[in-house]
Formats: sequence, structure tokens, C-alpha cells
Amino acid sequence: MSTLPEAPAARQASEPARVSLTPQSAATAGLPVDSEEVAFDIRNFSLWYGARQALMDVTIKIPARKVTAIIGPSGCGKSTFLRALNRMHELTPGTRLEGSLRHFGQDLYGPGVEAVAIRRRVGMVFQKSNPFPTMTIAENVLVGLRLNGVRDKAVLQERLEKSLHMAALWDEVKDHLNRPGTSLSGGQQQRLCIARSLAVQPQTLLMDEPCSALDPLATAKIEELIQTLRQDYTVVIVTHNMQQAARCSDRTAFFYMGRLIEYGNTRNMFTNPSNPQTEAYVSGRFG
Amino acid sequence: MADSPYLPTEAFARWRKMKSTAVTAVLVVCALAVIAPLFLVIYFLVVHGSSSIDWNFFTQLPKPTGETGGGMANAIVGTVTLLAMASIVGVPLGVLGGIYLAEYGSDRANDWLRFAADVLNGVPSIVWGMVVYLMLVVPFKTFSAYAGGVALGFMMVPLVMRTTEEVLILVPQSYREAALALGVARWKMIMVIVVRTALKGIATGVIVALARIAGETAPLLFTALGNNFWNHNLKEPIAALPLQIFAYAISPYDDWHRQAWAGALVLMALILALNIIVRVLSRDRIHKN
Repeated sequence: MSTLPEAPAARQASEPARVSLTPQSAATAGLPVDSEEVAFDIRNFSLWYGARQALMDVTIKIPARKVTAIIGPSGCGKSTFLRALNRMHELTPGTRLEGSLRHFGQDLYGPGVEAVAIRRRVGMVFQKSNPFPTMTIAENVLVGLRLNGVRDKAVLQERLEKSLHMAALWDEVKDHLNRPGTSLSGGQQQRLCIARSLAVQPQTLLMDEPCSALDPLATAKIEELIQTLRQDYTVVIVTHNMQQAARCSDRTAFFYMGRLIEYGNTRNMFTNPSNPQTEAYVSGRFG
Repeated sequence: MADSPYLPTEAFARWRKMKSTAVTAVLVVCALAVIAPLFLVIYFLVVHGSSSIDWNFFTQLPKPTGETGGGMANAIVGTVTLLAMASIVGVPLGVLGGIYLAEYGSDRANDWLRFAADVLNGVPSIVWGMVVYLMLVVPFKTFSAYAGGVALGFMMVPLVMRTTEEVLILVPQSYREAALALGVARWKMIMVIVVRTALKGIATGVIVALARIAGETAPLLFTALGNNFWNHNLKEPIAALPLQIFAYAISPYDDWHRQAWAGALVLMALILALNIIVRVLSRDRIHKN
């Protein structure tokens, strides 16, 4: 983009951007081509915390078995958006939403749909690693299965190994699976949490800034892991780190003040964004 | 150097040091005065009680009036029995109530529940005895170990409930979210993740409550009543250390007075032991986090 907006970020924020932006987000809404399988089909989605509206009229199709990065400055609604995808936002009292959210065709908010059932298929990894302190490494990985009634020892053993392999942690912990999960390093703990999420065999994995508390080496390992996950899983990752979004995602969605400003192939978003606000953000001029 | 604006004059420094010493001395005296009663209690119990503590005291029943010797074996076993029965009543009610307060209740309901628990905590122990007398003694026409256990159990409920609530709230929200994100039902998440993480704190609360009720006499006066023999049936009156101490202390016999002191020493040792367990448990918890 050759013409840069002169206005500073604060002015941009206060300007009534919605008029000029709505056509753009509508134009990019149907982005995945028809041949591509859609994991999340979200239309006209708005969400309120009490009287405050956190998300405004978001329409987006997130492709299956690809990595979609959600970027945007703090408070833009990206975490709220992510948590709505497996109804974790319901832990916050006083939320209300409108619009339609479908996961592989199933309505997430239909009458009688249980959040528990959704979360088995849409797992989540959090910003701060949170292995259960009372449990060993093995127990941490298997807790989701055990609490959902899986008793078969052979199945549990197989899932334990498979999940730890997928999370690229097996080689580091295979000799001390009975140590407490909290005895691992920060990066290992986060991979343990990923293994724990994968053990219940979700279709989709949501990651809420999974590397923001990790050092660069541990971050590199998780990013590498995300690359292998995309073969089997749909990954949606919220990140503050622009390089991370550019490195490891196929699609990028830019949120700003509760709106989806631009959504597209990651390469285009970072080299040739069509919206001046996106360009200002990805080039580090605000946010 | 004397000109430095950061240094006080010598006289001023001396005056300040004197003030500091005086105030520190007052505070030390106050602190000693606070713990002095504990040492007085231990001193008197050891002086008067230790000479009467022998093997018989722990193994024999009380001797009939007029005979010397005998022991409080039945009262020691009775107190342990009553504490166990009180736990059966008080721990489930208290822990489940605490779980409700920490995990389920609305702000409004919780305000009322906490207020009720605090009032309950302040109900005089003799009132508990009278209430349970009407509830369990009058209808069944007999004083019983059950009635004593229930009276003590009711006293435990508010204590256990509030400590359970407090330690459950300390469990980080991130563990709850992690469990829910695995598609685990809420009640399972609470039981397996939250309660298990806080288990040591809950156990500490239970033991504090036990230490609190172990020495209660008033709730047992109209319920467990006391018994000079072994209790073979929980539907019948049962002996308890505080009751036995009370009965012996107001008796006119020197030998019984000696035994009352010995009983008080044993009861105090039991409560001290419970408190030491609490210390060890809670120190462990602090180190772990």
C-alpha cells in the first residue's frame, strides 16, 4: 500500500469506521472457496457483556484443517470471539449473543445444545499453562477421557502415548510420566496442556495466546507443533505476535473494536492488506 | 559530614532511638500478655494433672464413689466416638454447603447464607444442647450418643462451611476453565479438580472445627449425658472427657479432683495435637504454592 493514512491511531479509532468498513468485511466473508470444507460458519454474530457490546456483526467462515490466526490490539474482542466458539464465554455472567454459529454444520447455540458436548469437539489451550497440580503428567493427559467414562487401560495407554507424541513431548517425559505435571518447564507445561486437549480427540483446537508466556525457543516448538496439527485439526489461534501469525497461519482475521475489519490469506494480509487500518496494525504503527 | 542534610543531629537521633525502644518494649509486653494465658493453662494442668496420669487412667473405668483409683478410659473412647459421629454429621453438610457457596450460589443467596452461617457460629453451645434435646432426646425418650454427636456436628457445620468456601475460592479459575474446555461436566470438574486441589485446606478446616468442639461440655449435658461405664449401644448415654471433668471437678472428693485435672490435661493434649496437625498441613500448603 503506497498511501498511508495520516491520522494517528487514536483518531482512526474514534472515526466512524463502520461505514467504510462494512462493505469490505462483507466482501471477504465468503472467503473460503466453495470446494473447501468449512469448520466454523459464523454469520452476523454479535455479543454483549451486560450493556457493553464486545463483538459487532461478525461474519466469517473458518476453513477446516487449516490454521486461522486472529489478530488485533488488546480489547478488540478477539479472545471473546475465540471463547464464544466453544461457549467458554458463558462462564462470565451476563453475556448475551445474536447471530448464527455453526461448527461443521451443527448449530452451537441451538435449543438444547449442551456446552459440554461442544467442548469435547472444540478444545481449548489457554494463555497460561495450567496443568492440574494434583495430577501426574500421565493423569493430566488422561483426565478428560477418564472423567468422560473411559476405563479401558489399553485405550488409555494408547491415547496417552499418541497425545504426547502429537504434542511433541513424548521423548522428554516418557521416562517420568508419574512426576507431577507442574514439575515440567513452562514450555513443556504448555505442550502438556496441548496433549491434554488432544487426548479427548477434538475436531478443532482453539488457542488463546498460547505462547505469550513462553521464551522464543519454547515458542518455536509450539509453532512447529501447530504446523503438524493442521494435518488433522482445525486450529484457531489468537495471538498478539504478528510474526507468529505470519509464520504459522494460513488465514488471518484482523479484529478492531469488536469488528472484523479484514479477513484473508495470511500472505496477502501481511504483504498487501486492502484496509488501511489492517496495514497500520500489521506494520506496527498502532496496537 | 555533620553538614550533610541527610544526617539528623546527634541529640535528635538519640531521642528518636529512645522513643523507638520504649514503644518496642510496650509491644513486646503486650505480645507476651497475649500468650501468657496459654502457658498458665499448661502450667496448672501439668502441675495438678501429670501426677494422676498413669496406665490405669487410660485403661480403667471410674471407680465407684468412695474408692480411690480408676481411670477415664470410657470417657476418652467416648470423646473420640462423639467426634467421629460429629464429623459424619458436620463434614458432609459443611463441605457441600461450602461448595455451594464457592461454586454455585448467586451473590444474593450467598450473602444470606454467609450471614446465617456467621449467626449459627455464634449460637451459644448450651443452646445447641437444648435444641438437640428437643429434637432427639425427647422423641426417643433417652439420652444417647447419637444426640451428642448430632449436637457437636451442628456446631461444626458453619466452621467447616466457611473454611471450605475460602479454600475453594483460592483455587485458580484457570483450572476450572481447563477442565470445562475438555468437555467435562461441571459437577465432575468441581469434585475432581477443584475440591481435590483444595483438599488439604478442607481437611485443615475440618480439624480446626474438631479441635473447637472437642472440649465442648454444654451441648453434651442434655444429649450424651455422660456414663460411668462403657457405652455398648450408641442409642444409650455415652461418657465424654469434658463431661467427666465437669462431674469430677464439682464433686467433694480429692481423688476425683485429681482425676479431673488429669482429664483436663489429656483433653488439652488432644486439642494441642489437632492444632499441630493443622500447622503441619497448612505449612505444607503454603510451601507448595
